[in-house]
Amino acid sequence: MQTNILEYLENTVKRVPEKTAFADENQQLSFEGLEDTAKRIGTAIASERIYKKPVIVFMKKSPALLAAFFGVVYGGCFYVPIDEEMPESRIGLIIQSTKAEYLICDNTTIEKVQNLNFSGIIVLYEKCIEHNIDDVKLDKIRKDSLDIDPVYVFYTSGSTGVPKGVTGCHRGIIDYIEHLSEALQFDEDCVFANQTPMYWDASMKEIYATLKHGATTYIVPKNLFMLPVKLIEYLNRYRINTICWVVSALTMISAYKTFDIIKPKYLRLVAFCGEVFPVKQFNIWKRELPKVEFYNLYGPTETTGVSTFYHADRIFADDEIIPIGKAFPNTQIILLNEDMREVRENETGEICIRGSCVTMGYYGDFEKTNIAFVQNPTSPEYRDIIYRTGDIARKDKDGNLIFIDRKDNQIKHMGHRIELGEIEADVLAVDGVNICCCIYVKENNKIVLFYTGDIEKGKLTKELKKKLPRYMLPNAMIKMDTIPVTQNGKRDRRKLYSSYMMNMENTI
Amino acid sequence: MEKTSIKQSILHILQELHEDIDFENEKRLIDDKILDSFDLITLVAELGDEFEVEITAKDFVEANFNSLDCLTEMIYQLMNE
Repeated sequence: MQTNILEYLENTVKRVPEKTAFADENQQLSFEGLEDTAKRIGTAIASERIYKKPVIVFMKKSPALLAAFFGVVYGGCFYVPIDEEMPESRIGLIIQSTKAEYLICDNTTIEKVQNLNFSGIIVLYEKCIEHNIDDVKLDKIRKDSLDIDPVYVFYTSGSTGVPKGVTGCHRGIIDYIEHLSEALQFDEDCVFANQTPMYWDASMKEIYATLKHGATTYIVPKNLFMLPVKLIEYLNRYRINTICWVVSALTMISAYKTFDIIKPKYLRLVAFCGEVFPVKQFNIWKRELPKVEFYNLYGPTETTGVSTFYHADRIFADDEIIPIGKAFPNTQIILLNEDMREVRENETGEICIRGSCVTMGYYGDFEKTNIAFVQNPTSPEYRDIIYRTGDIARKDKDGNLIFIDRKDNQIKHMGHRIELGEIEADVLAVDGVNICCCIYVKENNKIVLFYTGDIEKGKLTKELKKKLPRYMLPNAMIKMDTIPVTQNGKRDRRKLYSSYMMNMENTI
Repeated sequence: MEKTSIKQSILHILQELHEDIDFENEKRLIDDKILDSFDLITLVAELGDEFEVEITAKDFVEANFNSLDCLTEMIYQLMNE
């Protein structure tokens, strides 16, 4: 039985050593090359006696980045990706939270790293891969590794302003990739185009499916997601046949009539995730590309990857919602009501997920872990952990899950998962802000910030850019004299929303 | 509509989008990644509403979005098509 994700790589190297695994404009890595590079990195880490520890990987998105990830795993450690687009203060919080002692960077990030106040060992990727492989050391590490050992920590938005590090293990990834591959019929002929960032679990679909099947993943340059015609030209140039993208990347293509100019020629499967696909846009894809199979995927980072899937094989009516479907094999979805009891037919409830896919919780934070990862109330006699997603859903007559809403202030904006509370915490930390409140306006997909204080909007934006990733910046800011409150003294989000909407109508 | 008033309206929309960027002087908004894809989508939606034009895939080239002047020219052309 497979117990380590590196077995995917090693088995594939035996079959198709010279085939390209990962490529971008500047670099191609074959499976053989990937294994060799990763083993060098693993040996470099082992030679510093860093073992079963987090290793920060701060490199630009590239095939080399993936070699570094697997290198960390060869070294018996787990990777924590940091991206150049994360603001410095967020990177600082992540490093603090992991207490990492080893960091891998490259020529493009070394300058930023030197400003970070990182006290551990800093190694350049380019130096790391000059290390000779020590097979004895690596074999020993492998022999001692278990499938419940962590592979990665992915940081995601946390409501109190501190990002949460979701920790995932070998078993979760293997369980996920096996079932995803079966459901979507991935194979060696898959040519993936990666869109999602590597510090996010969504990218594991193509990364690990590539390793398992000996497929190929092209890393799409980010700026192409602003240039839809060039993006399709790219897909055609590399004969891309499989894409797993967030909905906003897909709607960017369909909404601007790209298909009138050019169509993807080789595409056979489109999987979408991250948020609800607006039916009108989905129908454009479905009509324009009738031979392509479409899958809606759903799942939180806390359960490794996606947990449910739905084969969207028809045109939908304008008032329909595309279901998120049914659980993968070996995964169970339980809908619980507020009393933690299973809901009856047709009732809505919180999606709770059970299975090997459930991750190990939030790194270094048992308090938050214990709130979200709880005992399954339907089997109170033995230890059985479910993850409470905070997503509300119901089942339709065919047993497919329909996503309804969130029960808290977590939102999905341009495919990213964001806690409005985290934005508010960072706004409040800025000098000159007294009170603030963030709302999400679904009508125009905007994060709107209301605040009181004497700081001007331009200055506030500048300060926020230092702390928040780009996708978390408020899209509109409104300076107020006071923030309205409810009878209970809570900030009145509903009132703010309606006054914002009224204002919008007046300006039109 | 005159080009100068188109330019003023676009400047207003841009400033609402990012209050801290000097849109009157920046000439490489896309090339230098000053605007990202989220900004672009928001911008295109608002330009469409404001000027009642339809911006489609063919218009999505760097040269149309790199500066306030480029944007003004694109909108002017679309309005007179």
